[in-house]
Amino acid sequence: MTSIMNPTPGNVYTAGPATGNEVLIDGYELVVGLEVHVELATATKLFSASANNFGDEPNTNIDPVTLGLPGALPVLNRHAVELAMRIGTALNCTIQPCVFHRKNYFYPDMPKAYQISQYDQPLNVNGYLDLPGGKRIGVERAHLEEDTGKSTHFGGTGGRIHGSDYSLIDFNRAGVPLVEIVSRPDIRTPEEAREYVSELRAILLAVGASDAKMEEGSMRCDANVSVHKPGEPYGTRCEIKNVNSIRSLGRAIEYEARRQIDMIEAGEVVRQETRHWDENDSRTHTLRTKEDADDYRYFLEPDLVPLAPSAEWIKAVADAMPLLPTERRSRLAAATGALADGEAVMVVVERGQDDYVLDVAAAGGDAARALIYVKEAFAPQADGTAVDVPAADVAALTKLETSGAITATQAKTILAEIVANGGGDAAAIAKAKGFEAMASGDLEAIVDQVIADNAEAWTKYVGGDDKTMGFLVGAAMKASKGKADGKLVTAMLQSKRST
Amino acid sequence: MSEATLTAVEISAGVRSGSLKAADILEQHLDRITAREGEVHAFNLVLADEARAAAAAIDDLVAAGNDPGPLAGVPIALKDNMCTRGVPTTCSSKILDGWKPPYNATVVDRLGAAGAITVGKTNLDEFAMGSSTENSAFGPTRNPLDLTRVPGGSSGGSAAAVAAGFASVSLGSDTGGSIRQPAALCGVVGVKPTYGYVSRYGLVAFASSLDQIGPFTTTVEDSALLLDVIGGHDPMDSTSIPDAHPSLVDAIAQGVEGLRVGRITDLPDGADPDVAERLEAAFDALRAAGATIVDVQVPAFGYGLTAYYLIAPSEASSNLARYDGVRYGLRVDAPDTNAMYGATRAAGFGEEVQRRIMLGTYALSAGYYDAYYGKALKVRRLIADDFDRAYTKADVLLTPTAPTVAFPFGSKTDNPLAMYLCDVYTIPTNLAGHPGMSVPYGTGADGLPVGVQVLAGTLGEPTMFRAAAALERSMSEASAVGRASASEPDDDGVRGRSPRGEGSLS
Amino acid sequence: MGVSARITAADVAKVAKLARLDLAPEAIERTTAQLAGMLEHFADIDALDLGAVEPMTQPYPLQNVFREDIVLTGLDREEVLAAAPAAEDGRFRVPPILGLDG
Repeated sequence: MTSIMNPTPGNVYTAGPATGNEVLIDGYELVVGLEVHVELATATKLFSASANNFGDEPNTNIDPVTLGLPGALPVLNRHAVELAMRIGTALNCTIQPCVFHRKNYFYPDMPKAYQISQYDQPLNVNGYLDLPGGKRIGVERAHLEEDTGKSTHFGGTGGRIHGSDYSLIDFNRAGVPLVEIVSRPDIRTPEEAREYVSELRAILLAVGASDAKMEEGSMRCDANVSVHKPGEPYGTRCEIKNVNSIRSLGRAIEYEARRQIDMIEAGEVVRQETRHWDENDSRTHTLRTKEDADDYRYFLEPDLVPLAPSAEWIKAVADAMPLLPTERRSRLAAATGALADGEAVMVVVERGQDDYVLDVAAAGGDAARALIYVKEAFAPQADGTAVDVPAADVAALTKLETSGAITATQAKTILAEIVANGGGDAAAIAKAKGFEAMASGDLEAIVDQVIADNAEAWTKYVGGDDKTMGFLVGAAMKASKGKADGKLVTAMLQSKRST
Repeated sequence: MSEATLTAVEISAGVRSGSLKAADILEQHLDRITAREGEVHAFNLVLADEARAAAAAIDDLVAAGNDPGPLAGVPIALKDNMCTRGVPTTCSSKILDGWKPPYNATVVDRLGAAGAITVGKTNLDEFAMGSSTENSAFGPTRNPLDLTRVPGGSSGGSAAAVAAGFASVSLGSDTGGSIRQPAALCGVVGVKPTYGYVSRYGLVAFASSLDQIGPFTTTVEDSALLLDVIGGHDPMDSTSIPDAHPSLVDAIAQGVEGLRVGRITDLPDGADPDVAERLEAAFDALRAAGATIVDVQVPAFGYGLTAYYLIAPSEASSNLARYDGVRYGLRVDAPDTNAMYGATRAAGFGEEVQRRIMLGTYALSAGYYDAYYGKALKVRRLIADDFDRAYTKADVLLTPTAPTVAFPFGSKTDNPLAMYLCDVYTIPTNLAGHPGMSVPYGTGADGLPVGVQVLAGTLGEPTMFRAAAALERSMSEASAVGRASASEPDDDGVRGRSPRGEGSLS
Repeated sequence: MGVSARITAADVAKVAKLARLDLAPEAIERTTAQLAGMLEHFADIDALDLGAVEPMTQPYPLQNVFREDIVLTGLDREEVLAAAPAAEDGRFRVPPILGLDG
């Protein structure tokens, strides 16, 4: 049995044979694994009772354990375990009995000069996350560990360590509970990487485990990037750190893939190393090489005892799981007939408005129309205030449109008024505005008139110039004082053209 | 009976009842400190003013009709590796010289709540690494019974403080024998409880899976009282045993009729003849008191030293990494943090500490873990299993505590291994997590005290204390003739013993 | 590998670096000799058959020890910083952080 102290570096993954379906960049396949660190939304730290707050005055959330004072001892936060179990459950992991290890290394923001983490026996293992499009990304593990303090550097350029004169350390963050989620290297494009992180974030919010704000550091992503030719072994991977947004993640991966491909094409060897993404110059830079890396001398943490969540606890966490984004999207797609990974469903679920759409349907409304209305008109305002309209009002509006009593354009107008006023009687508003759909005979008369009045445009359109259709439709809308249904006008023009 | 030889039990009873004043008891101890601390150097810090204020407060409480607690007015000394808020806690190391903890160790809070009076912080081998207190950065402590000899270690200061009458009782810490061995060399009672019995919160860690706090006292009953006060579950220590412990003071009264006392027939050689003779006398005494002596084997006993010297330094190398000059303690300035670490730790740690950090770092490092630390953990299991088997046949085991009486300064410092062998009989107990105590049992070469070690299985303290009390009774019966002349300090400043204490020392 | 595999001065130098102890060359030589002697003595455990033996990491078997997620009063920042070797602006001050894993 291989000793845990002589682990195979990272995890051993072997590349399979070429399938012919790979996404390639100049003949190379990109292979990405993501390590995401998430700060848990607990009241206190992982091993001590200091407050877990972002943005407090430096060194005001400290205690002997946080500072690594002589004689201090850790005691495990039960709620942190609960939240870590929720993450593991949501990621389809097996929750197992586990232990804590010490990871020994020196750094000024590490008060004990070791980090209490989990090594070869972590809490959550062997899970997966499905991307909205359906691709499954394996989750190797999601384990508990404590966060470090924060150092700020002074005297150099841009707050970097390099060239600095001194640094100041704040230990408020030291000891904050983290879950580190490690994916298998199943990601193949920068887009998939972004989707993975977005979806993971949505899951974390749904289960209440973290507020997952990359800009505040409560979710941090490191990417392991390598390239290889299909059918050949995996290439040397580099770890990319300091990615501060989902967008940067995509850009950093793209850059790094390109960098490695260029090196290989030039006959150079890619070194296994940790690189730092610089948002300012949009490049990755060497941070440290593998040769400089410390020997962490992992050993079992003697000040803690094993953690073995009971079957009852595991079941309670599973039973209390809320609907996760994937389930919400499926549910909404089924109710509305829209695609689960289409834009409308994605946006509405992300905003948390899918329950509302279903409420509208339950109130007798048309689900498909309701989906569109909510997507188009229910975006939260700039100040974050949500749209609040009784579902029944929206339901009534959808019925007006689907029955043909009003046009889509008219419905949009009524909807805007309902949203602005926090509600409204759709039929009454329609009547007040004089909206009513046209009889098709009247509509045809208007269209024929438009054709007659705009002979030049009509000739162009008949000749194949589709762009003139917009002009013709606009003319018909004007002539009908907005009562015409734009879609019906378009259909009529098309049919007249082809006859 | 002279108040100078009152036990802690007697002091607290007297103070609580008002028949004794805590202030008077304290002054007697402070007088002895004034007289002899200069030559003994038991303390890193004497807290005379603070102690006087505390004693006055205790007396006021009693006068007002309140009960200060079961250790009311008892002067106690604390090994200087236990955090005392606002009072320097140095671990006898330059790297913590002058550092004042902002919090109390749990045991310190419990002692305070029980009415004990802290008279000072005692000297130790630096970071509790040693068996003679010669590794202190602030100079050694001398054995009060013979100033040319060591008091043992690492809790040499705490042992000496009780032996010299500077404190009625003291606390030490025991990782491989650091309470029991100095207790034997100084002629006092010293107890290491079951691992997890006493909270480690606020005890500066040496080896986390081995460390325990325990008492030094002149009588077995006093040790029982101390453990009743400081023992018990602490939510601040994850390794602390959750269940409440039965009172040990209550357990002592039982005799040893029918008790099975084990002799380890395959115990490693190495005890001097005078020590071996006292052990035999102890077996005889227990047999005479009604115990049955049985032969047991603990085949892996002898491998304890190796397992210990791989496990303890490994844990220590990690526990001592926090002394890096960033947040507290010594800092040696340097152009960058990494250089600061190296310079600070080289300047702040003594040679023995550095040696053990190196050994431990090596034993844990990549490529060596399986051969050293990993293997040692398995040897630990063998030892624990062997003890468990022995405890199916015996209730307690009896061994020498230390292989020799107190040895002269400098006689073992050239060869670290020779020093490590001092703990050959005490170490396996720490590895197994079992309790052990040293009971003074007469004298050996040069009239120096010899201690006999009583061992028991996990949470076997009640049985262990019963056997120890029986030994103590047999000792005082045997020395009844010498009692009258031993009740006052003689010209050499050698402290006499009360009727409950050890046998003759002259 | 047995415990008795010889430790070298290069090993000791590497270990001193890991442990952040600046050792002078004589100290490295001396330590190497002492550690080699000790490890030779500790090789006695190589004679044991440990194949089927489980490592013992906990003297008293406990599991699932927790604290509740309730904030308790912590330490006073001024008291703590007063004990610091260098402090500024409510934080601990250190020289430039170079040559370390972050």
